Amino acid sequence: MSATEQSAPLLEASNVTIRFGGLTAVSDFNLTIRPNELVGLIGPNGAGKTTIFNMLTGVYKPTEGSIVVGGVATGAFKPYQITKLGVARTFQNIRLFKELTVLDNVKIGGHIHYVYSGASAVLHTTDFKKAEVIAEKEAMTLLEIFGLEHRAGDYARNLPYGDQRRLEIARALAARPKLLLLDEPAAGLNTGETIALMAKIHEIRDRFGLAILLIEHNMELVMGICERIFVVSYGKTIAHGTPDQIQDDPVVIEAYLGEPVPEAGS
Amino acid sequence: MKRWWIRDLLLFILGIGVLIGLQWALQRIPINGIAYYYRILILIGINIILAVSLNIINGHAGQFSMGHAGFMAIGAYASAFLTYYYAGPYIEKLPEGTNRWILQNVFFLGALLVGGLAAAVAGYLVGLPSLRLRGDYLAIVTLGFGEIIRVLILNVEKLGAARGLSGVPAWGNFFWVFLFAWITVLVSMRLVNSSVGRAFLAVREDEIAAEAMGVDTTHYKVQAFVIGSFFAGIAGALFGHYLAYLNPSMFQFTKSFEVIAMVVLGGMGSISGSILAAVLLTFLPEGLRMIKEYIPTSSDPRMVIYSIMLIVLMLTRPQGLLGRRELWEVLARRKDSVKKETRDEDAGKLDRGDGPAVQG
Repeated sequence: MSATEQSAPLLEASNVTIRFGGLTAVSDFNLTIRPNELVGLIGPNGAGKTTIFNMLTGVYKPTEGSIVVGGVATGAFKPYQITKLGVARTFQNIRLFKELTVLDNVKIGGHIHYVYSGASAVLHTTDFKKAEVIAEKEAMTLLEIFGLEHRAGDYARNLPYGDQRRLEIARALAARPKLLLLDEPAAGLNTGETIALMAKIHEIRDRFGLAILLIEHNMELVMGICERIFVVSYGKTIAHGTPDQIQDDPVVIEAYLGEPVPEAGS
Repeated sequence: MKRWWIRDLLLFILGIGVLIGLQWALQRIPINGIAYYYRILILIGINIILAVSLNIINGHAGQFSMGHAGFMAIGAYASAFLTYYYAGPYIEKLPEGTNRWILQNVFFLGALLVGGLAAAVAGYLVGLPSLRLRGDYLAIVTLGFGEIIRVLILNVEKLGAARGLSGVPAWGNFFWVFLFAWITVLVSMRLVNSSVGRAFLAVREDEIAAEAMGVDTTHYKVQAFVIGSFFAGIAGALFGHYLAYLNPSMFQFTKSFEVIAMVVLGGMGSISGSILAAVLLTFLPEGLRMIKEYIPTSSDPRMVIYSIMLIVLMLTRPQGLLGRRELWEVLARRKDSVKKETRDEDAGKLDRGDGPAVQG
């Protein structure tokens, strides 16, 4: 851990606050992610985890505070510009391009790397051919990693739920991110699938040299793979530390289970 | 890899040759009433350009535009302005025996491109502010812009105002119409199979996800709009130069609706569907003419029948004739449908990995 602490942070959110009308959804949130880290973001329902994700990816603009990605302040950036800085994400409620093929979904994920002019596309220039060959190859490699290569030609909506979750991660990876944000990747998966997913998250982190920030309710998964964990509740960071520290933190236990009642103490 | 353009260029020249041959033959077939079918053929070609270009905006990029007639009008009037006031008279003044024919067609190509570009510029100016809106709001704004364009033309004396512009050089013919129909289809097909087209589709499917994947949604929406408007302008220019007459009333919003009907009927996002529907909806009102002979009414019943057919089609196939697929995809699915369809369903039901795999 000491090695990563010295390298420049990939992402730095300082004193980030967002208000929707009178409601403060997230207040004074701080987060630093360094290269190759696996960080968890947990908290009860409605704590503001997805709102934090939406701010990090530019969907919402923070009311106060700053977010810096790779040394660039992203205050006025649109989501696609932040993606270009090397941040890719998945969604809590799967947002695949349902009426497109599995392969095209992944190719769109890598869109920023295969940009050429409309004229090149129409004239089938060398630019176009080169980019398309790379797009096809990269997309198939990613599909193979997630065991989806045999479904490349199917429409995304026809995939079973677990495959759709995997496809969303493959699509995000196609952007070749330095930081991957996973919003409840294990939601709706059964135990076997969750264990396989944990291994897969480790594998892609090592293979692509990524940092990963994930939101998850499945404590087994979070505690099992994250090196650092942030706990938020009612928009405030209530704890921050290693899995062991978090598990024993009374504030966290209270946020999840409520205040201890004396006679139920054993 | 180096000479990427040779094969395409040869095919293009071959295509032009075929079109010239057809043009030559069409003018010489000794059949009574060929002129009538020739006219339908031209209108079919123009409607193919309109439907396929609107399909780029409505079907691929998913932005519901209702102003296609407006862009068509701009193309028609911009090109007619050039040929009516400049190119036409210039050619008339040429001494007998000079190669008028070549010069005329060169001028016409220039005028067509100017018409297309004028419409594309208008598309950019209209698209930039209005594409911030979605769904119904975008539809209403584009409908409004289409009408504004028409009313503007209605008030320009130089363009004939309400009288219309008669005496536009009648240079439009089968060759030019189908050359541009072919180009429109080719451009549309190649775009949709490229990163540009995939970006259009991504915007249609889910704008938020598209943005998260690094797709500049505004840029691609405007691009789709500009490309669609360009070809609408070309279609307008061809229309004006075929009829040799222009009038603002030709470009009322009902014209936009006609084109929308083609795109929706063919299946939003299906290029071959748009072509099919353009052919069908141009031919249908003509084919229904004979009905008047059997139903003795004072008015023309064919529009009623036409409407009923549209309603029935939309009730039975709301996704359009071909849905979002292309004709060849639909045909390929037909072939191995039974086997694959059941397998897909089973895979969906079993949610993968539970129980033995069902394999045909």
